[in-house]
Amino acid sequence: MRGLLQSLHYAQWILPVLLLLPMLGAAVIWIAARPAEHEDDREYGESQISRDIAIGVLLLEFVLSMGLWWAFDPAQPGWQMVVDFPWLAEWGSRFTVAVDGISLMMVLLTTFLMPIAVLGGWTSVRHKLRTYYALFLALETGILATFLATDLLLFYVAWEIMLVPIYFIIGIWGGERRIYASIKFFIYTLIGSLMMLVAIVVLWRYTGGTTFAYDAIMAAAPRTGPAALWLFGAFFLAFAIKVPIFPFHTWLPDAHVEAPTAGSVILAGVLLKMGTYGFLRFAVPLFPDVVMIPWVRDGVLTLAIIGILYGALVALVQTDIKKLVAYSSVSHLGFVMLGIFAFDEKSVLGAQMVGISHGVSSGALFLLVGMIYERAHTRQIAAYGGIARAVPMFSAALALVAMSSIGLPGTNGFIGEFLVLIGTYNVFPYIAGAATIGVVLGAAYLLWALQRIIFNPLSNPENSTLSDLNRREVAVMGVIAVTIIWLGVAPAGVLDRLRPASAALVERVHGGAAAPAPMPAAPAAPGGR
Amino acid sequence: MHAMAFDLSIPSHLFHAYLPDLILMGGGMLLLLWAVWRPESDAHARSTGWAAIGVAVLALVAVIWEWQVGFTAMNGPIAVDPFRWATDAVVLVGTMMTLAIAMDFNGRMKMPTAEAHVLVLLSASGMMLVAAARDLMVLFLGIELMSVSVYVLSGIDRRSARGAEASLKYFLLGAFSSAFLLYGIAMVYGATGSTNLVTIGEQFATPAVATQPIMVIGLALLLVGFAFKIAAAPFHMWTPDVYDGAPAPYSGFMACAVKAASFAALVRVCLEAVGPGSERWHLALWWLAALTMVVGNLFALQQRNVKRMISYSSIAHAGFLLVAVTAQTTEGAAAIIFYLVAYTLATLGAFAVVVALNEGKDGATDIGDYSGLWTVRPGLAMAMAVFMLALLGFPLVGGMGFFAKWYVLQAALKAPAPQTKLSIVLVLATVVSAGFYLYVVMVMFMRPRPEGASVPPGASGTLKFVIAASVAGILFFGLYPSPAVKLAQQAAAASFVPAASRVVAAPAANASP
Repeated sequence: MRGLLQSLHYAQWILPVLLLLPMLGAAVIWIAARPAEHEDDREYGESQISRDIAIGVLLLEFVLSMGLWWAFDPAQPGWQMVVDFPWLAEWGSRFTVAVDGISLMMVLLTTFLMPIAVLGGWTSVRHKLRTYYALFLALETGILATFLATDLLLFYVAWEIMLVPIYFIIGIWGGERRIYASIKFFIYTLIGSLMMLVAIVVLWRYTGGTTFAYDAIMAAAPRTGPAALWLFGAFFLAFAIKVPIFPFHTWLPDAHVEAPTAGSVILAGVLLKMGTYGFLRFAVPLFPDVVMIPWVRDGVLTLAIIGILYGALVALVQTDIKKLVAYSSVSHLGFVMLGIFAFDEKSVLGAQMVGISHGVSSGALFLLVGMIYERAHTRQIAAYGGIARAVPMFSAALALVAMSSIGLPGTNGFIGEFLVLIGTYNVFPYIAGAATIGVVLGAAYLLWALQRIIFNPLSNPENSTLSDLNRREVAVMGVIAVTIIWLGVAPAGVLDRLRPASAALVERVHGGAAAPAPMPAAPAAPGGR
Repeated sequence: MHAMAFDLSIPSHLFHAYLPDLILMGGGMLLLLWAVWRPESDAHARSTGWAAIGVAVLALVAVIWEWQVGFTAMNGPIAVDPFRWATDAVVLVGTMMTLAIAMDFNGRMKMPTAEAHVLVLLSASGMMLVAAARDLMVLFLGIELMSVSVYVLSGIDRRSARGAEASLKYFLLGAFSSAFLLYGIAMVYGATGSTNLVTIGEQFATPAVATQPIMVIGLALLLVGFAFKIAAAPFHMWTPDVYDGAPAPYSGFMACAVKAASFAALVRVCLEAVGPGSERWHLALWWLAALTMVVGNLFALQQRNVKRMISYSSIAHAGFLLVAVTAQTTEGAAAIIFYLVAYTLATLGAFAVVVALNEGKDGATDIGDYSGLWTVRPGLAMAMAVFMLALLGFPLVGGMGFFAKWYVLQAALKAPAPQTKLSIVLVLATVVSAGFYLYVVMVMFMRPRPEGASVPPGASGTLKFVIAASVAGILFFGLYPSPAVKLAQQAAAASFVPAASRVVAAPAANASP
């Protein structure tokens, strides 16, 4: 396979193509679906062509990106498939994209979840389809650019730009409180990211104002002192809001609940991972000495534990299924943060694994919630009960996905949580103990919800006439089920690709082989008046 | 590069150095005769408007020519340097956009006053004088020429009580601020014996002069005068009422071109006369910037009248620009030019959309009229969204606005005394500004169109062109700002009698580069 890809010069064109293709698709949709839009945008079905184009582009994108799996050399920890164009010569910013193990998995997760989200939410959006699908494709470009950029200014632009499509997706096609949710989401994210912008400018000054290249910035960044601490703080804020770490999570339940199904899937599946990716890519490696300051590290670990427990406890008392799933994200992302800040090789690997499997499982849960909502038009748990008899396929899928979210051995959820727990145990046994309570609580809220939704007696007679999953939905859930089992049984392929970059990260933090950064000539310490 | 250094005491050289200004003034005078020659009619107003745009284009060509050849002049009453030409270019682009918008607007309002277009030209020639001034007297002349025309323009709709109120208010406060400015000039003259900026700068470098009470008070009064003109808090009170009451195209003109010229003069005073040595001056600018950002954005948040909201937003942007002034470097001056281009395109573009949605009524532009605009006028709604995001400083979709803000940030952080705290105020103020810019976007895209609401009239050809060109400019420079950055950098770097050299000579200098 690799030989075939090499003969196609795959590594030289794949990343720009992945970024360009969705934009082109969006333009095609915008043009091709034009007339129907103006006739009557409420008339569903008029502009379905936009949906067909969108899914075609997304599937093509997924197929193309699959090549990365083989073209990527797992033995090599550095950047691969680098593509570099000049961009802003005056400021030294370049259009540089590349992958390493950490971003590779995020890219594949994105290209995998995008078509799944669209297929799963096939009929959930019923007006202004053209704009919706064009925005969805633009969103994919934004997300991929965020994961691929190795130039900090480019990264910042990508990080901000993907806010726009998701803002409109929530705000136009969302639920009742969509406007509130979308503005809250936007402004929360903006606070953090603008602070990060200031930090990026300051870091750029440390290079003498010559370059935004990741490696150069990493070499020039201050390692210790108040400057490093403040800079880390700015990055921390941006990523902590995105992850979200408790107490920055309050935008999440609103945004996830109000978004249309496909939007929720992408929000939970991919956008949250942008926060954890930010920690792995920027906040931690740029400031390895800051994250090892005891109060910083303990502080983040404490917030992670609070997030795990708080998210699970709040999920336990939810009466709305979608809210329950949203709060379960807070809990799962706490595991990711725990794994990262334990700085053990296993825990960092596990953290990324939790991230990937949360993307699949949580995305699948949002899809299932969307499917049942389209049938019964309610998300209240109390309105269901015993529907396993009426919709057996749906119930089976829900049970499987719930098990993977709980972390049942043999499913994807188990691998990550287990690695995080044993990795953390090596360093902080008590914290690992506390996190285990989170696992138990996770089982509690999901199993209890399962019991109330699909088991118990069928109390509501209206539910007996619900139709089961149709062929499209079965296919989508089938793909997800295969992924869940595959990641649970044979995670080695993924772990192998994640390992070198993760090991390098851990080594850098523990100050092993990381070369001491040469300080540039005379950067005045930021501060001043 | 240095093709020729003018000796401004020779009349032919002086004429040469004033060429673009003279084209604009002379063209304006001739056009005034033409405007009153014929009875008022829509057709006559339009033809005058086109002629005015033609004069502005000619002036722009002259500006570009002088810029290209690279003339210089030292120590005369006016500066001949790329910074002046760059400012002129911004002012003239703003003028042309204003004229094009006004031609449409005046037709809608049944306001066939041909002389309005001429007044815009005369005001623009005052602005160009302000941008050129290297002497406080020339500066004062320019400011008066600019302001008097604008006072009239804000009340040009004779039937509008709101316009009359705006005009009177602007006139009274403007006269007040002119008095401050003049008094400041007198005191600075008393302290230094000169009104020439370079001479003042030389005098200022000696601590004995710089710390004299009369000099300190004089500079303070000068700064107050500037603060009035650029609408910096706490001297901004007139702005919302005037911008709201004045006809929309002229509100845009005031918000962009007047501000551009005043900022250019302020930058010149900062870099040539005062220099980065003065702690007091710096502190005053610092607080002015911080206060303006906070006040402008917080008050804009409460507005439900689009014109008023843009007024407060223009106050906020004065604050952002002041951050770059506070840096007191040529890099800051370059940032200001770049910022002014982005700001002019976005603000005048937004006013063009406001005009396009006006159904010929004189009154508050309620945000409710924009509900669900996307469903009836998708083009206008999307253009407005681009302008709002550009003013917010969002990358790509906000285009040039992002790089403008970015440029200011980096100039502030790169200055010899990095303005870190001010940068953080800027960033927080930007977050606040998201509250009202996004509110407009939200109303247009996410609120349903009320049942029975009329479909707003479409835009005429000129208006469409203005809107499309602004969007195109914003988006192009948002993707590839290099050409504009290069021009701004060159313009700022090749201008100004270097204050830094004088600072090194001065023992009081506290900032070493």
